[in-house]
Amino acid sequence: MSSPQGVLADDSTLETWRNLLSQAAHEVFSMMVGVELTTPDQLETECNGEVTGMVGLAGALCGMLTVRCTKSSAVEIASRMLGLSAEEAAVQGMDAIGEVCNMVAGAFKAKINGLEDKCMLSVPTVITGDNYATHSLIVGNRIEVQLLFQNQPMWITLETRS
Amino acid sequence: MSQIRALIVDDSSVMRKIVERCLRQAGLDLSEVQEASNGMEALALINKSDFDLILSDINMPVMDGLEFIRNVQGIDKAKGIPVVMITTEGGEKHVVEALSLGAKGYIRKPFTPEQVKQHVIPVLRS
Repeated sequence: MSSPQGVLADDSTLETWRNLLSQAAHEVFSMMVGVELTTPDQLETECNGEVTGMVGLAGALCGMLTVRCTKSSAVEIASRMLGLSAEEAAVQGMDAIGEVCNMVAGAFKAKINGLEDKCMLSVPTVITGDNYATHSLIVGNRIEVQLLFQNQPMWITLETRS
Repeated sequence: MSQIRALIVDDSSVMRKIVERCLRQAGLDLSEVQEASNGMEALALINKSDFDLILSDINMPVMDGLEFIRNVQGIDKAKGIPVVMITTEGGEKHVVEALSLGAKGYIRKPFTPEQVKQHVIPVLRS
């Protein structure tokens, strides 16, 4: 387990947390979606998914965790979670990404020693559209993990402010 | 096990459906399943209907799961209905608080159908 002390103070902590974030995403997709995420050979230079799930973190670790993917991936995730056809699950795509984001955030903070009871999660928010930027009042650190869901890119990002 | 009337409380409609599917996979004979997207909606349903089992998330808008279970204990007709929490909040503080408020079980998201079965069946038998 990692520790919240000296949060993201150096590159080794950043790398450790990147690995934990990746592990959290793999766990959630394996258990709840029934799909094993894979690692891309080549990273996308632009983050351009149309659906973004966001969960805020407050307390010992403040920031925002996002899961971003294409609209078709969101529908496929809902379809697999619910055991429905893509057509039947289409309206649940956004809800599914919000819940996936929530579970990735929960699984991630559980991996940081001492953080679980000291960091609260917000209810998820989902943004649709691919042309937006977020701005924080406090400069912090950013960890991004790129993974593949059924060969489609998925971005999992943690932006911290403490 | 006789027919079960279940109330599933979660702000995610996807999660409510998954929990229902897990209950059926666990072999429960569900005669009725009602859904609520927060604790306030769930309290209204409890006042109108009878349930044998309640599964509730913690992080929800309007009324969260801990406030919900606190309120449930004050409703005479709800006393004795087992409440199982299903949540991303798996920290000791949340678990202890939920159990002290009367929750009979605690399942952490993400979960497998088998985990739901392991936590729910003993609660219904007790």
